[in-house]
Amino acid sequence: MARVVLVGNLAQLTDGAGELDLAATSVQHLFQLLTERHPALARHLEEGVAVAIDGQIYQDALLEPIAPDSEVFIIPQIAGG
Amino acid sequence: MQAKTSAALPQSYVGTRTVRPDGVDKVTGRARFGADFNLPGQLVGRVLRSPHAHARILSIDASKAERLPGVKAVVTRDDFPDQSSEFIPAGEMMMNYRDVVRNVMAREKALYEGHAVAAVAATSTAVARRALKLIDVQYEVLPHVIDVVDAMKPEAPLLHEDLYTAGVEPKPERPSNIAKRVEIGHGDIEAGFARADVIVEREFSTQPVHQGYIEPHAALASVSEDGAVELWCTTQGHFIVRAHCARLLGLDIGKVRVTASEIGGGFGGKTVVYLEPLAVALSRKAKRPVKLVMSREEVFKASGPTSGARIKVKLGATKDGKFTAAFAELKYQAGAFQGSPVQPGTMCAFAPYDIEHVKVIGYDVVSNRPKVAAYRAPGAPISEFAVESVVDELAKKLEIDPVELRLQNAAREGTKAAYGPKFGPIGLVDTLHAVEKTNHYTTPLEEWQGRGVASGFWFNIGGETCASLTVNEDGTVSLMAGTPDIGGLRASLAMVAADELGVPYDKVRPIIGDTGSVGYNFLTGGSRSAFSGSMAVVEAAKQIKADLCTRAAKLWELSPDQVAFENGQVKPVGDTNGRHKPLSVADLAKVAGKTGGPIGGVGRINAQGAGPSFGTHLVDVEVDPETGRVTILRYTMAQDAGRAIHPSYVEGQYQGGAAQGIGWALNEEYIYGADGKLQNAGFLDYRMPVASDVPMIDAIIVEVPNPRHPYGVRGVGETPIVPPMAAIANAIENATGIRFTELPMSPPKVLKALKERGLNGVKA
Amino acid sequence: MAKHHVTATVNGDAVEFLCETEETLLDVLRDTLHLTGSKEGCSSGDCGACSVTLDGRLVCSCLVLGCEVAGRSIETIEGMAAGEMLHPLQQKFLEHAALQCGICTPGFLVASKALLERDPDPTETEIRYWLAGNLCRCTGYDKIIKAVMDAAAEMRTS
Repeated sequence: MARVVLVGNLAQLTDGAGELDLAATSVQHLFQLLTERHPALARHLEEGVAVAIDGQIYQDALLEPIAPDSEVFIIPQIAGG
Repeated sequence: MQAKTSAALPQSYVGTRTVRPDGVDKVTGRARFGADFNLPGQLVGRVLRSPHAHARILSIDASKAERLPGVKAVVTRDDFPDQSSEFIPAGEMMMNYRDVVRNVMAREKALYEGHAVAAVAATSTAVARRALKLIDVQYEVLPHVIDVVDAMKPEAPLLHEDLYTAGVEPKPERPSNIAKRVEIGHGDIEAGFARADVIVEREFSTQPVHQGYIEPHAALASVSEDGAVELWCTTQGHFIVRAHCARLLGLDIGKVRVTASEIGGGFGGKTVVYLEPLAVALSRKAKRPVKLVMSREEVFKASGPTSGARIKVKLGATKDGKFTAAFAELKYQAGAFQGSPVQPGTMCAFAPYDIEHVKVIGYDVVSNRPKVAAYRAPGAPISEFAVESVVDELAKKLEIDPVELRLQNAAREGTKAAYGPKFGPIGLVDTLHAVEKTNHYTTPLEEWQGRGVASGFWFNIGGETCASLTVNEDGTVSLMAGTPDIGGLRASLAMVAADELGVPYDKVRPIIGDTGSVGYNFLTGGSRSAFSGSMAVVEAAKQIKADLCTRAAKLWELSPDQVAFENGQVKPVGDTNGRHKPLSVADLAKVAGKTGGPIGGVGRINAQGAGPSFGTHLVDVEVDPETGRVTILRYTMAQDAGRAIHPSYVEGQYQGGAAQGIGWALNEEYIYGADGKLQNAGFLDYRMPVASDVPMIDAIIVEVPNPRHPYGVRGVGETPIVPPMAAIANAIENATGIRFTELPMSPPKVLKALKERGLNGVKA
Repeated sequence: MAKHHVTATVNGDAVEFLCETEETLLDVLRDTLHLTGSKEGCSSGDCGACSVTLDGRLVCSCLVLGCEVAGRSIETIEGMAAGEMLHPLQQKFLEHAALQCGICTPGFLVASKALLERDPDPTETEIRYWLAGNLCRCTGYDKIIKAVMDAAAEMRTS
């Protein structure tokens, strides 16, 4: 099971559960599992989050695989100027 | 028998200082920037802007203007369909399209002085100006609010009746100017502070500052009778412009073709649209090309600077210097519509440090100023100014050297970042050591002189990128990238292509393609263009090399695994080594047609694997007790580039960001009158650094390779603007004993503080 | 009011144009003579991007009226290279990477050339103060100053 941590305001939408263990195999799968548990997350996951898998930050990478023992952080999207 | 080839290895360019291929045009005046392009029959466009900081727009009557001879089109809010509420990523702020259409052209309200209310296209500047005067706008002037703390008060004038603070449970009963509350952190700061031997708590304030690009916004649009749009504009992201114009005007994306001109500076401020949708709308109505260029006054009054802010920081440490807990509260101005960079501000605030207990809260607050736009590492310079100042104060209290204190607590590979995930290999420690080792660090100082140090961080991003390489019949290579070249990109990409294909650098000609010629590219920003662009070029080169091997194998009647590309040549390998004379790219280019057709490759990626860039700055200042003027005596900076493709342009990013930070620290600010109008909308009174304000800036490139990039590259463009303000504040404290917590630290403020302590007067 | 008819010399060539009273020399250069190398950054004489020389004197062309230059000689960035040969300043700007976006570069080159014509051996401080009327937002000025010093040294030996 991957350990998934929701950073920032996202934790508010999971009834305070900021950390979850989920058997997600990809970012897309992770979003599906999260949305099933907490439908309010759906819009935010679609609109703009970054996903850090074992320390590497991915953005717009639905197909990126997640290993069974990965540490995953869902953080606000980042860009720049 | 082995045939020995004695060909010399092709020259390697990455890491050297080549002359940029687009340079000659820029030093001769030939290069065409946004306002340099003209079309036959073009009309002059001008924008009518609100003179009020906050007003309801009761009516707009443009009939007299429309009837003026020479006026070919007028547009107002009626020409832009309303957009439903939908958030789209726009930088790290989520923009709501309902707000985008209102920022481009005011609808119910004018929300800042300078807000566009109407636009005209006419046969001459004189007619256009007269036409603006004939547009009758009836305003109901409303009370305005600008300062972020004032805007947060419950009794403050309300900008949007339907804005309820997001991120707060339960949802507030009443609307306010607080668009959002964000929070990040981990651990238990109460416990952390309880363990601290020393705690420093401070409040800071910063003013809005503009990106200050020397080239004003400019756009030229030509819409044909079938609705196809050609748009030439100065922008950091022509694909973004295309998307916005298509959306706002109900067009197919494929029917809009945007060419990015050379860009005269952006720094984040040209990642959004202002004139472009207006130019397209006017041209569509007038059936002629329409050109719009902002005056400098308009740039200041109507394009987004960055936030002004209030910041509270509390940092605790043991007496040995280990940070135990960190807290910050950030209040950032968003301007007229929500979307300040407060979120990244919260994430970057303590990013350079390994701290067990962290909590950062942020507020996104609207007020009657232009909507903020990104400015180099958006959000980070503000929060890190405050934190790095407090780190310095803590160092002084603990009697620990400020570099040593940072080294003790520095984030390293494996450290859990303040914003969550663990860091991969990073170079903060290397930059601290680099600065510590310089002769600058130990040079003695005189009276009224002081030394300060500060570190900084930015995430950097990758993103969608397309680049193509085409091998021409004579073996030269055409490179087409899709992110505007802000300074050194074409050179860097050409160097990578040359190394990948083993061809001479001057045989690679890079251009930036328009939206019709190259696949989607995210904008130039986020320190991504060299990082992502080079990745896409490597991918394109890989395709070419594979293709060349396939062709050579067929020509030599070998199987593909008996052929390899090495050092710019295709050669038989293994058992067949030496059987045939190797073929260069140019050799195979000659027979391209006969061996299958043109040779080329396209890299189409969403670049992942961006690595953060850390930097440390060291500055010496001298304070004049008679005038309060702070002179920068010496400036040294070290920053991790991963791998510098072109060291001169990496140094250039470092030095340029530092200079902007110097201006932010010492002089730049928006000055508003009580009427909500901007008083210093020009370069005389919006005082940016000039050549006589700064010394040489020693830029040290540290290289901790990014394992996720084929060359180890990290983005570098944004981090340089993060440390300067705190480094300078720390230096001033070192010189005078006075801790300045308000930016800018301009002469009147410094002099006032000196006077209050009886320290002013002629230097002895 | 009728337009003014003006004859002048630009980069050694005789030119003839019509202009309104309020049109600046910068407007004329860019819009009438199609010499877009001089740039408009502020139109208030504060950024130097429009720098040209007028009878050998460095001026902001946004502060000169088109009708003021009758019979006078103007040199712009377009006249700086001698055929295929770049001026040493232009060459050194390229070698030192003294430009990033390049919008300020024509102004800096014209201003630097004017400086070296009156003082072939300026100190770093003198160069910085002479160029204080030219704004650059990209480079922090470091490489620009180095390029000017290097060009000056080369011009002194040739």
